[in-house]
Amino acid sequence: MNQESHRNLNIVERPLIKQKPEKTVLSLSAFAYLYSELIQYNIDKSANTTELEERLDKVGYEIGLRINELLSCREKTLRRRTEILDILKFIHSTVWPAFFGKNADDLQQAAAAEDEYMISDYDMKFTKFISVPRSYGSFNPGALVAGIVRGVLDSAGFPARVSAHTVEDRERSRKPITTILVKFHSVVMTRQLYIEKVKKG
Amino acid sequence: MRGAPTFRTAPLELTSAEAFTLMYGSIVRQLISDFEDISEVNKQLDQMGYNIGIRLIDEYLVKTRNARCNSFRETAEAIAKQALHMFLNFQATVAKWNLDETECSLIFYENPFSDFVELPDEYRELKFCNILCGVIRGALEMINVDVECAWLQDMLKGDDCNEVRLKLKEYRNENFPYKDDD
Repeated sequence: MNQESHRNLNIVERPLIKQKPEKTVLSLSAFAYLYSELIQYNIDKSANTTELEERLDKVGYEIGLRINELLSCREKTLRRRTEILDILKFIHSTVWPAFFGKNADDLQQAAAAEDEYMISDYDMKFTKFISVPRSYGSFNPGALVAGIVRGVLDSAGFPARVSAHTVEDRERSRKPITTILVKFHSVVMTRQLYIEKVKKG
Repeated sequence: MRGAPTFRTAPLELTSAEAFTLMYGSIVRQLISDFEDISEVNKQLDQMGYNIGIRLIDEYLVKTRNARCNSFRETAEAIAKQALHMFLNFQATVAKWNLDETECSLIFYENPFSDFVELPDEYRELKFCNILCGVIRGALEMINVDVECAWLQDMLKGDDCNEVRLKLKEYRNENFPYKDDD
């Protein structure tokens, strides 16, 4: 009877939270294989690395749109985030654990520009098994994650240009750090200035 | 009398199942927007699965130090209980054997590929989780077991369960690329 009623429910009426907590995980290998197939499929369809990154970004964008709704739905306080730091903290402390099981490692504002922020991950799980040959130049497989971040920001009302970069770090074990660079649109910046002005009174 | 084979696995590193589900959905959407024809999408998914399967078998064999399967029945059990659980964290039951023991069905109710998915009417022909068939086919081909793998029932299309039919075609001989006398 239970299964029948489950089937007859509209998809938006089905429960969001999985019934058994142990079912919220599966192997990283499965994900890595799937991601590698995605990249291989897109390599044939792309003329250059920029187009490849764009295609991966689009796939990530769709993921980001949906994960934002999913995570916001599950939150205890349903409050819309209107400030830049709030949404970035949401990404750092809620979106990252949903995907990677831990908070993002670093959240910084770029020194040069006010509208640029950087989210860093010292050891990105999704790209752990990917090595980029020299002929691919500056291609970064973190483009999927950049797309996810762009999707989350866009569906939260913060349009931005997001890209993934690799930064060498000599202090830590020689693994390169993946940094997601977020550059907000001017719309967001003017809105942020307005909010701050109103707050000051 | 030999007992049932015991399945031991080394634990694999884990990641979020929802990330996987959303990623797979996004991939299918990309394929649909690239190809006009739904049967092309099905073929492409199967091909992607095949590419995954031929590499996945290595990891499976390394992580589970199983002895060689003595029969197709054992192979099917290993896939349903061990491999699916190891990689995708769910199990299937093997049923509906034919008399020769060369065909069987894998039946399961939970499917991480299609957790949040609803299939609209215009995509009735789409085999959403076709990638799984390709993975099984590719993995078994690398150990010289040729199978045909097809979806019989799909919960996305309103059926009671998910059913994948495995048909054993033949056991191939091990082919070595170099002849001894060269």
